[in-house]
Amino acid sequence: MLYRTFFPRDLFGELDRLQRQLQQSYDLSPSIRGSLRGGFPAMNVGGTPQSVEIYAFVPGVDPATLDVQLEKGVLTLAGERKAERPEGDTRTTIHIDERYAGRFRRVVTLPDDIDAEKVQARCRDGVLHISIQRKAAAQPRRISIQ
Amino acid sequence: MTEKTDSTRTDDAARPEPTLLPPVDVIEDAEGITLYADLPGVPKDKLNLHVEADTLTIEADIQLEIPAGMESTYAEVSLPRYRRVFTLSKELDSGKVSAEFAQGVLRLRIPKAAHAQPRKVEIRVE
Repeated sequence: MLYRTFFPRDLFGELDRLQRQLQQSYDLSPSIRGSLRGGFPAMNVGGTPQSVEIYAFVPGVDPATLDVQLEKGVLTLAGERKAERPEGDTRTTIHIDERYAGRFRRVVTLPDDIDAEKVQARCRDGVLHISIQRKAAAQPRRISIQ
Repeated sequence: MTEKTDSTRTDDAARPEPTLLPPVDVIEDAEGITLYADLPGVPKDKLNLHVEADTLTIEADIQLEIPAGMESTYAEVSLPRYRRVFTLSKELDSGKVSAEFAQGVLRLRIPKAAHAQPRKVEIRVE
């Protein structure tokens, strides 16, 4: 924001930015911890009868620096993404600055039937995929009638 | 370098489906422009970069490992494709664009044409 041009040449670009800011400030969520959507990293959650699948979109974050914790049915993902720009170089101009930089932390409450011992986490193409198995006892089972 | 938005796009008919707008950083220095774009979930072979005349197009498809029979319960990334279009200005040398792509982050370097590089003018005092 600091280096934004004083004479915007692209009206549509400016409108687009305005729309984004409006969305961020007025769109839903009276939560004290900020809006539910649009946080970093973005997350998708899905499930199969056997597992819970969580996808966290963490582009440019070294998987080794990610901290994933599962405690009492709550999954916490924390880490840091550094800004990729030369510090203190006065000859550079930042024209667009939209990518998230800084520390982040997101918390997901998981269903009750997950097995905390059976967690797999893989990172590929900037997406962290966490797969948690559900407890065998919680899976639907056919009961044979004798 | 300016961005083309939906209203200025001309090939809408060819690609009508909605796309995600990836967040970018654009940083200019004396020798050129560096663009970073977040494209998580895109394998290298699904990233398409086009430079045509003065238009730079970034298009990429997301591929996630999704187990069979998965039902989505919550989605913040709800479209499978990224797209963003920029118009390059004249002093940029679109023939010398270099790109790196790792961990879902694209780094594009567009140098300025030699004649547009800043030159120090020597002042002679007589």
